[in-house]
Amino acid sequence: MPFNFTVSPDFAPDHMSGWFYFNTWLQRNLGTDIHLELFDSFDAQRDAIKAGQVDLIYANPYDASMLVRELGFKAVARPAGKKDEAVIVVPANSQAEAVEDLEAGVRLATTDDPDVHTIGMIMLEPADLDASNISQKDYDTYILVAKALLRGEADVGFFLKQGFDELSDLIKKQMRVLVSSQISVVHHALLVGPQMQDCMAELKALVTQMHKDEKGIGVLESMGIKEFESMSTEQTEFMIDLIDTLTI
Amino acid sequence: MSEKDTGSVSEVLIKYFGGDERLAKIVDEEVPYPDGKLIVSRTDPKGIITHVNQAFVDMSAYTREELVGANHNILRHPDMPAVAFKGLWDTVENGEKWQGYVKNLRKDGKYYWVKATVIPNIRQGKLVGYTSVRRKPSRSKIRESEALYETLQ
Ligand SMILES: Cc1cc2nc3c(=O)[nH]c(=O)nc-3n(C[C@H](O)[C@H](O)[C@H](O)COP(=O)(O)O)c2cc1C
Repeated sequence: MPFNFTVSPDFAPDHMSGWFYFNTWLQRNLGTDIHLELFDSFDAQRDAIKAGQVDLIYANPYDASMLVRELGFKAVARPAGKKDEAVIVVPANSQAEAVEDLEAGVRLATTDDPDVHTIGMIMLEPADLDASNISQKDYDTYILVAKALLRGEADVGFFLKQGFDELSDLIKKQMRVLVSSQISVVHHALLVGPQMQDCMAELKALVTQMHKDEKGIGVLESMGIKEFESMSTEQTEFMIDLIDTLTI
Repeated sequence: MSEKDTGSVSEVLIKYFGGDERLAKIVDEEVPYPDGKLIVSRTDPKGIITHVNQAFVDMSAYTREELVGANHNILRHPDMPAVAFKGLWDTVENGEKWQGYVKNLRKDGKYYWVKATVIPNIRQGKLVGYTSVRRKPSRSKIRESEALYETLQ
C-alpha cells in the first residue's frame, strides 16, 4: 500500500504541477511509494483526513490543530520566510478609509481558505462586525473575489496577502487595501501521520536539505518555496496555541 | 486618542492580589492599538512572562529584557478591577479559555485597550504555561468595558 500525500487546497494553481514533481522527487529519494491526491475543497480534504486516508500533508495552519492534537500528526518542516497573512480589500472608490468605517450589512467576498478567513474576520472586529451582521459569499479563488469587488457585487474582500500581491497591476489598481495582517508566526507546515512516522527523520533530513541539491532546487521553485526549514514540536504547539486563541 | 483623555499625570498606588504594591505614574492618554497586529505573550504557570513578541514590546514601552522574567501584572492598570483578573485566573486554572477586554498600563504611564484571549498550554497532558493573544477591540466594546469596570472597582 502506498502512503497518501495531500496538499492544502489553497495552493496557487500555477504551483499544482510543482506538487507532483515534489511527490516524484520524494518517492525517488525516500525509496517508497507515495500517492498524491489533491482536493477541490477543505471540506473534502478534511473528510479524507478523518477517514484515515492521509499520511503526509502540506497543511493549512488552521487544520494543524486537528491534525496534530486529535490525529497524532507531527510537524516535519515549514516553508522558509513564507507566512500566511491576510489583507482586507475594498474597491478603489469605496467610501471606507479604515476598517472602522465599514458598517453592519456590509457584503463580504471571501474563500474557504480557513486561516485567511479567520484572520480577516478578526480584522473586522474593530468595526463591531461578525458573522451575524455581515452578508458573506464564498468564492473559489482570489481572482473571483477580486472580480466580485470590481463588479460591485461585494463591498469588501479577504485575500491571502500573497494571493492579492500576485494579481495583475491592472486589477490591483482598482482596489485598495484597508488593513494588512502582521502576525508572522502563522504558516503552512508539512506534517506526517502516525502510519508514516517511521520515516520521519529521513523525510526531515531530505526536505530540509533539498535546496542544496540541483534537482531539489528546481522542484522547490516549481512549488514557489525557497527552502524547507525544520519545524520543532514546540514551534508547532506554539502555532496551534496561537491559532486556538483566534478561533473564539 | 479617546475623546475623554485629559492627558493628566498622577501617581497611583497599585495593590496586587499577592499583597505587593507599587506607586505608578498614570497618564490619561491612550495609545492606539496597531492595525493588523497581534500582541502575544506567554507565561509560566505562575504568570511570570517567558516570551513576548515585538508588538508586545512596542506597545508596552518596556524592553524585552525588562519583560521576560517579570510578573505579567507589570501591565496592570489601576482602572482594571481585581475581579476581572480573578475571573481570568479561575478560568485558565480550570483548563479553559478566557476572553475579555483589558486596559493595560505602559511603562510611560499611558494606556492601551486590547481584546485578550488567554489559553492554557498543555504538553503531554501537563500544564506548562499560558499564552495570551490580543487583538484590536472596537470602540463600542471599550466604552462598555469602561462603564462596567467602573462599577466593579
Ligand atoms: C498569559 C497571561 C497574560 C496576561 N496578560 C495580562 C495583561 O496583558 N495585562 C494585565 O493587566 N494582566 C494580565 N494577566 C493577568 C496578570 O497575571 C495579573 O493577574 C493581573 O495583572 C493583576 O495583577 P495581580 O493578579 O497581581 O493583582 C495575564 C495573565 C496571563 C496568565
